Amino acid sequence: MMSNIPVEQSGRSGPGASEPGVTDSENSIELKNIRGLSQAQIVRKRFFRHRGALVAMIVLVFVIVLAFTSVGTIIGDFKTGGWWAYTWNIAVAIENGGRPTLSLFPFAIGNHPFGQDEVGRDIFAVVMRGTQQSLMIMVIVGAIATTIGTVVGAISGFYRGWPDSVLMRFTDVIITIPVIVIGAVLGRRFGDFGAPILAIILGLVLWTGMARLVRGEFLSLREREFVDAARVAGARDRRIIFRHILPNAVGVIIVNATLLMAAAILIETGLSFLGYGVQAPDTSLGKIISENQAAFGTRPWLFWWPGLFIITIALCVNFIGDGMRDAFDPRQRRMPSDRLLRRAKLGEVDPELSAVVTRRARS
Amino acid sequence: MATFVTRRLIASIFIFLAATYLMYVLVALSGDPLADLRDSTAPNKLQLIEARTALLNLDVPPFLRYFIWIGGVLGLRGTGFFDLGVTVQNQPVNILLSQAIGSTLQLVTIAAVLAIILGLVVGITTALRQYSGYDYGVTFLAFLFFSLPIFWVAVLLKQYVAIGFNDFLRDPQIAWWVIATFAVVSGLIWASVIPGAPRRKLITFAIAAGSAAAVLMYMQLTDWFSYPHIGIVGVAISAVGIAFGVTAVSTGLKRRAALRASLIVAGVGIAMYYPFMLGFSFYLAPWSIALLALATIGVSFGIGWFTGGNDPAPVARTAAITGFFVAAVIALDRYMSVWDDYTQSSRINGRPIATIGSQTPGLEGSVWVLGVDTFTHLLLPTIALVLISFAGYTRYSRASLLEVMNQDYIRTARAKGLTERTVVMRHAFRNALIPIATIVAFDVGSIIGGAVITERVFGWTGMGALFQNGLDKVDPNPVMAFFLVTGSLAIIFNLIADLVYAGLDPRIRVS
Repeated sequence: MMSNIPVEQSGRSGPGASEPGVTDSENSIELKNIRGLSQAQIVRKRFFRHRGALVAMIVLVFVIVLAFTSVGTIIGDFKTGGWWAYTWNIAVAIENGGRPTLSLFPFAIGNHPFGQDEVGRDIFAVVMRGTQQSLMIMVIVGAIATTIGTVVGAISGFYRGWPDSVLMRFTDVIITIPVIVIGAVLGRRFGDFGAPILAIILGLVLWTGMARLVRGEFLSLREREFVDAARVAGARDRRIIFRHILPNAVGVIIVNATLLMAAAILIETGLSFLGYGVQAPDTSLGKIISENQAAFGTRPWLFWWPGLFIITIALCVNFIGDGMRDAFDPRQRRMPSDRLLRRAKLGEVDPELSAVVTRRARS
Repeated sequence: MATFVTRRLIASIFIFLAATYLMYVLVALSGDPLADLRDSTAPNKLQLIEARTALLNLDVPPFLRYFIWIGGVLGLRGTGFFDLGVTVQNQPVNILLSQAIGSTLQLVTIAAVLAIILGLVVGITTALRQYSGYDYGVTFLAFLFFSLPIFWVAVLLKQYVAIGFNDFLRDPQIAWWVIATFAVVSGLIWASVIPGAPRRKLITFAIAAGSAAAVLMYMQLTDWFSYPHIGIVGVAISAVGIAFGVTAVSTGLKRRAALRASLIVAGVGIAMYYPFMLGFSFYLAPWSIALLALATIGVSFGIGWFTGGNDPAPVARTAAITGFFVAAVIALDRYMSVWDDYTQSSRINGRPIATIGSQTPGLEGSVWVLGVDTFTHLLLPTIALVLISFAGYTRYSRASLLEVMNQDYIRTARAKGLTERTVVMRHAFRNALIPIATIVAFDVGSIIGGAVITERVFGWTGMGALFQNGLDKVDPNPVMAFFLVTGSLAIIFNLIADLVYAGLDPRIRVS
């Protein structure tokens, strides 16, 4: 389903070379548009053309900066302070019945923009801490699951035979257990050790989908001519895997890694909601919602803010993943609107658009 | 084909056994099953610990204890076949499971089926109307639903849908601006779904908005929300509409025999309306409703078969689908007819949409009243589960159909003059289903996982509670009962996917 751009060693061969139904003239326009650009430059160019992904990226960076600078962070013994007056674990006197002081008309932040809970903790600080935890878990899970999945998939796809059978049967066994179930069982055991350990454990569970995808990619790539050429030139297996095949599979891996990270954040919040995730005294977005769901009638802000942050992060990561997919896979390109197309027919728009127009007019 | 299925089945059974082993050991090692007794101050503490150790064979390490458990399940321990052991409190897990299984399976199956159907329909229509406003709207919504935590949605549904709707029912008056917004929105949706020049889009918009407003006005004037009904006129209109719609999609309206058969089936349905509503529907038990549904499909199939002429199979298929939907409309009307009795009963007190539990305890009434009760309890958890999983299916089926629509054989099919319906339904849709089947089967696990969380939010004592209570007490037996059921459900769905796969793609049958 997913394809990627054939990158030879030099990374200069154009995309679309293997696209079905694309004629030479269209290809030449495509090629002219990206002539002299490296693979990374092409991908970056396409990514920034995806407006949703760009906005999502900006929002996500904003959320990350906000979460980590506002209340400071603690990772093990490492501690930093923040510019926000309150912290997530210290209760202060309740003002205004704990209601949020944030207002848009007239704009005011006030002392407790997201309100306070029943003991007086500042919900902005609590939500920021929860966001930190969720972001950290997301990154660790993404890194671990991507690494394991890529290695397992690469080995079984490249060597086939018995390593493939053993590894894929093992993957099947893990896949049979629903993620939330195995996550809960492991979280019950390891949740007390803190968020980073929980993230590592989740990463050890979530790699299966990645492994299957990478395997499929390797199975098809290892039959290509450039692999034969490398082998004839005397390259060893390790070199072929890492220098020749892996760069070609990187699109699939990156796209799936972002989607996996979006899933990780939802799984972590779900586990924390069930009580098998991050444990007190620390907090996470799912845990805040779980603790406060009964109070929805009286203190809805305890419920709205953590939920909005979960959605914002997951939505941004999903959009970035979509942008990545467009960037790495020219066949899934977004097409311009009808108005742009009409203008393109009049010859006002750049040649790449006209290539799209000709293709669309034909299909 | 049979060898293919058998081989797949045997492979999945072995994988499943390995997964149960992994799961058992992980649960047994997830904590200390004696923790509560160790902390207790009871004078007979040591005896209690000993008793529990003997009860659950805690002296055997988990790696071996699994074999005691699996021996019980396979009936090798002389305690009968499928003995799931006892819980920490010495309750037989089999009994707990039989109490829990019904509601959860119902929820998961209904949610999965609805999500698949909705996801396919929406995904395919968005792919066919690519880059329309509808497409962009659905894409954004899909991303949003994809990013929603299920427990958050569930709490919101409880607050706004259940409590809000129940409050609304106390005095069912729809404000004029609600009617106006609803009309405009449905007009916009239909106008962006149905293709055409701007002028035609305007007409579509006007018709859709007008009929939406008319339906709401009618509901308002007849106090529909207190006394919902479809009535013989409504059933007749929908039956004829269904006959035309199903025929258009299934064989095309040019196939006169199919249209005739569907209309005959619709006519039979309308003729059966009063005998059913006022007569034999009072004497039905749940199983006879299922039997009646099967009989309806069979009779419709027969009507199609005998009026179908030379090539009766597509005609019979069309008639059977029509029969199913017409019967569903009539059954819906029957359920609606007891709505008033249901809401006014002392157990419900005019607040029908439930937020807790899977049924109203102590409610008595006919099959139809109990059916409505199940519906009001299933509504919110099902919405929560469907919202989240259908977003994914929409994306997959859209991508898959777009991929297929760009293939050369679609161009060939168009070039040889086939109608758009034939190209989409016969050439594109079937091929697009192949990757979707895999993903859907793969995804059932996540629906089950979602069900654990949803059941918790809605206070169901189903499989999710069995799992959670077991896990909290480090008691593998109930957890494994949960996993046996959900895991075999996942395997069954995978097997169905394989069958669909093999049915759709001849290349797989050969290898």
